[in-house]
Amino acid sequence: MASTPLLITLATTLIGAGLIAYVFRNLGYNVLLGGVLGGVAGALGTLFFMLPVNFCMFAPDPEARYTIELADQIFGLIMIVLGLLMTLWPLRWWAIWWSRRNDPQYATQQVQQGLFKSRFLPFVFLAPTLIILALFLYYPSLDTFRLSTLLARLDSQRTAFVCVDNFTRLVNDTGYFGVVGTTLMISLAIVAIGLVLSLLIATMAYQPLKGARIYRTLLIWPYAISPAVAGIIFLLLFNPTGGIMNYFLNGLFGIKIGWLNDPAAAPWAVIVASVWKSMGFNVLFYIAGLQNVPKDLQEAAAIDGANAIQRFRHVVIPLLSPITFFLVITNITYAFFDTFGTIDYLTGGGPVGSTTTLMYQVYELGIVNKDLGKAAAQSIILFAMVIGLTIVQFRTQGRRVNYGA
Amino acid sequence: MEREQVTPVAAPAQATRAAVYRAPRQRPLWLPQRWYAHIILWIACAVIGFPLFYAMLVATQSQAEVFAYRFLPGTSFADNWNIVINNRHLHTYMINSVFIALAVTAGKTVLSLLSGLAFVYFRFPGKWIVFGFVLITLMMPTEILILALFRFVNSLGWGSTFTALIVPFLASATGTFLFRQHFSNIPAELSEAAQLDGATPLQFLIQVLVPISWNTIGALAVIQFVYVWNMYIWPVLIMRREEYQVVQQGLATLIGGDAALVFGPMMLGAVIASIPPVLVFVLLQKQFMSGFALARDK
Repeated sequence: MASTPLLITLATTLIGAGLIAYVFRNLGYNVLLGGVLGGVAGALGTLFFMLPVNFCMFAPDPEARYTIELADQIFGLIMIVLGLLMTLWPLRWWAIWWSRRNDPQYATQQVQQGLFKSRFLPFVFLAPTLIILALFLYYPSLDTFRLSTLLARLDSQRTAFVCVDNFTRLVNDTGYFGVVGTTLMISLAIVAIGLVLSLLIATMAYQPLKGARIYRTLLIWPYAISPAVAGIIFLLLFNPTGGIMNYFLNGLFGIKIGWLNDPAAAPWAVIVASVWKSMGFNVLFYIAGLQNVPKDLQEAAAIDGANAIQRFRHVVIPLLSPITFFLVITNITYAFFDTFGTIDYLTGGGPVGSTTTLMYQVYELGIVNKDLGKAAAQSIILFAMVIGLTIVQFRTQGRRVNYGA
Repeated sequence: MEREQVTPVAAPAQATRAAVYRAPRQRPLWLPQRWYAHIILWIACAVIGFPLFYAMLVATQSQAEVFAYRFLPGTSFADNWNIVINNRHLHTYMINSVFIALAVTAGKTVLSLLSGLAFVYFRFPGKWIVFGFVLITLMMPTEILILALFRFVNSLGWGSTFTALIVPFLASATGTFLFRQHFSNIPAELSEAAQLDGATPLQFLIQVLVPISWNTIGALAVIQFVYVWNMYIWPVLIMRREEYQVVQQGLATLIGGDAALVFGPMMLGAVIASIPPVLVFVLLQKQFMSGFALARDK
């Protein structure tokens, strides 16, 4: 049906119009204006993802290079919903901001700096940054989206459009879900173990002890070690025959673990190496956070009869939550992307794929197998995860109270 | 509600303020005695230090000594050094890495200073759009774009050149924000005085802002130096010519096949490759911490 794109756009225009008209009514603005703005936003949101692929998932391929199945249509609907969110949510946010712009309760105080008079100079100063960002971040991002809809090889210029097959084929790909599971398991372990250990160390290290500076330096230097070097060093420690870990384990408990050739143990080798490498960063931020915990709150809790553990559990940990949250996000990002170097040197993604994370998979697909389209599609999924995390971070940081800092 | 108000118990307001903003002087109430902290910190430092310490020992040992698990310096340092430097030319990779890390760090710092200056000390049309343009790049990790970037950089003819390792990393949203934040907190009197004196924006930047921003510059420099030095996946992709490879890549030449891992040279290489970033980090630690307002007790 040739008019399907038109019908979809019409429907989303109406949805956008209705939603924004409702927001405008609640804010006491002109409902009609809201309807018009919402309609435009709804149409734009749909077209943002749909126009580049020409609504391909809602019509059969004229040249029959790909087939449209239910999964493709569902994926198309998800894209439309995401597109709508991308335009309607900021519009709603902007309307609310506009309604509060003169309300002193929400006014932001900003130091007004003495401003230089020039319309031309700031762009001269910004030009190098903006050009580099446009060429080396924006353009590749858009190109990744384009590649994800293509059958493309790294070593060939010829490409063919395959709609969203690169994405929807993953639904039946059990291997991909295995990789997702591995990534989540490794990330979760790195975050949980890393943060608990760092908080424990930081509670000891932040006090004005004798030699506190030396302790701190000795605790945080692994921040400067590269993930690749961490992989190499733990390749030595975890070596199944000559490694010191098994020497200790054998001496203490009489066991030997095939750290690098047992699929159950290999992820732990990666986790240990990554926690070791990222711990310094976490300790650093926890020390800073603990130094900012107001003591009067603890004194008040002490007067109310709370013991040391209760005070730590109910006063200090909640006060540290903004830092913990920040660290959770940075550690997840670290586990997703920066573990690549560690994994590449330590396990090479094996044995039998037990340490292949999403990032490692993208590398193997795109560079080793030269299958650009598939790799780009998986990059986009990673991209979506990062954007989700960033949005969560921004929203939460905006809401949480910054205690004592 | 900024912070729950608690009436200070038998303490003047002055003392309470000091306790909040400076490092605590007394033992916090929920902590055990200090000796406990010393023991735990000793263990923590030892455990954290052990992998590198052991790598340093192995760097001096022969393969037989490694398998004998000796916790003493070995006899093969000269042999290992010979393999790492004369045979595998690790110093070439090191020089490449130093050059690239310094170039990116310097370039990024200058570009971030300039964009921070533009955002704080100028009013221009579309400022918020430009700001948003920079802000959104925080959500684009290079790793995700690496395939498309690889195609683009190759199409520019930059494959296997230093340019490919330097230019794409010269712009930084993080740096721009860091300086924007830092400049916004500088009293406005400073820029007003500079303007009254007829200083141009660049003079103001170089003569006024830079001298009072060394901590922020140092902090950014540490992050960028360590980041560029430790970059791995991008050089592996783009840099095919061996004489231009960086040290993170060069270390792979010390690892032969899986069958014949010779640990001595491997660890010597790993240790040598870690010296510059660790040194930069330890030396600029104070700037790093105060640049992020992490150290309240300076």
